[in-house]
Amino acid sequence: MDKEVEVLKILEENAKLTPEEISEMTGYSKTEIEEMIKKLEDLRAILKYKTIIDWEKVGEELVFAVIEVRVSLTREKGYDDIAKRIAKFPEVHAIRLVSGEYDFQVIVKGKNLKEVAFFVSEKISTIPEVRNTVTHFVLRTYKEEGVTLFEDEEDRRLAIVP
Amino acid sequence: MSRRRISKKVEELKPSGIRRFFDLIIGRDDIISLGVGEPDFPVPWRIREEMIYSLEKGYTSYTSNHGLPELREAIVEYYKKFGVESIPENIIITTGVSEGVDIALRAILDAGDAVLIPEPTYVSYKPMAILADGEAISIPTIPTFKLNYELLSQYAKETNPKAIVLNYPNNPTGMSYTKKELEEIADAAIEYDMIVISDEIYAELSYKEKHISIAALEGMAERSIVLNGFSKAFAMTGLRVGYTIAPSDITAAMLKIHQYSMLCAPITAQIGALEALKNEEDEMENIRAEYLRRRNFFVKRLKKVLEIDMPDGAFYAFPNIKNTNLSSEEFAERLLMEKNVAVVPGNAFGECGEGYIRCAYATNMEKLREAADRIEEFVNSLKF
Repeated sequence: MDKEVEVLKILEENAKLTPEEISEMTGYSKTEIEEMIKKLEDLRAILKYKTIIDWEKVGEELVFAVIEVRVSLTREKGYDDIAKRIAKFPEVHAIRLVSGEYDFQVIVKGKNLKEVAFFVSEKISTIPEVRNTVTHFVLRTYKEEGVTLFEDEEDRRLAIVP
Repeated sequence: MSRRRISKKVEELKPSGIRRFFDLIIGRDDIISLGVGEPDFPVPWRIREEMIYSLEKGYTSYTSNHGLPELREAIVEYYKKFGVESIPENIIITTGVSEGVDIALRAILDAGDAVLIPEPTYVSYKPMAILADGEAISIPTIPTFKLNYELLSQYAKETNPKAIVLNYPNNPTGMSYTKKELEEIADAAIEYDMIVISDEIYAELSYKEKHISIAALEGMAERSIVLNGFSKAFAMTGLRVGYTIAPSDITAAMLKIHQYSMLCAPITAQIGALEALKNEEDEMENIRAEYLRRRNFFVKRLKKVLEIDMPDGAFYAFPNIKNTNLSSEEFAERLLMEKNVAVVPGNAFGECGEGYIRCAYATNMEKLREAADRIEEFVNSLKF
């Protein structure tokens, strides 16, 4: 496996690992790992280190909504221009151009239903190129970034097995 | 005087050395166990989902004694990667490799026939050979854990063995063989007319070199019984599904025993196994990469306080603990009592395993790190 890909796969699973620990796992030197990570950060291949949180566990009821956005393109404004305009709002958690019946799938994060609804009607629907929007509020999340949010299976193995 | 109730053969059979240790641990959830010889990954969901679907569809009957034809065809294709050309007719789907060991030995042994078993060894070969009326002869392989032509020839000359049981990558030592080393074993096997029973259950977990089956070497297909299964590579331990690849005469003999004693392997597990071969090779690559990282990490940590060479495969480290002046059992027992880490004493895998312990690194990184810290503390505490 390509060294960089190998280190990235390890970090993708657990960003908390130190260069020293990664060096122990891969056999590459600590300095080599540090230089590689620095390079990948500069390249913006590594964008950011974040934590996946189940907010419900701590009683923080955040509201997420999936918004379907249909747009009309003009000579002056293509997909990228419209997407960047939407993406810059901090309320926008994610935005993707998708195939199918609409153009953009936007994930909006807010404190409550009203906040999200007003954000969509005031900030997204009013963009001239936006033809219409459909808002789906998220009722429950089962899997996020490859991590399941429901109780995982316990280890049922016997303690000593030949 | 009442009549003897238990057969003499069984009564004289020693219980597994692991058992006593297991009793010390049972019911304790505060320990980190490095004693588990099975993957900590669950069966990949695709495989489980396929088995659930098959149950819903009513696939609950017997299969042919041989096993599902599609599965045997898939195994023929799959085993080409380890160098073996076979045909579906020469494959039997067994209830795990354990059954494979049993029917292989029973198919070839007459009373008193000698079987060579290199030690340290997985715990079941010797008792199985004895149950098949054979004479199990241990070959100590300390400290390399490997056979070579001279050693094997020496034992073959003395004992005129019918067969030898190989297991590589090896449980408990993690050792494996290169093609060149296998050729030496093959030369001796041909020279002394031995059948090789080759348990290759850890084949997918080879880290140094690609696994090669001994049956792939010249002149060996006709005298090899290859055993493998889905427990380690696909984590399907409790589903009990394995297979044998052997010449047609031996396959016919094994099938006779299999059809009377087992009839067929569980159909649900066979369907899961087929799905594993069809679609799970990528997943397995990821699992292998993860074990490799754990091995690198854990063995390097062990090296700080104990003597150990980098193992080639499986998920076991088998360090030498003689520098501690403790016996294997004392070491394992004190480590458990004082540091809450469970390992298996090396002598459970044969006499020459004395002075070693087996640590399975099939556990997550955090636990592995903690266990390594505690082993280090424990060994250092002995020096003062």
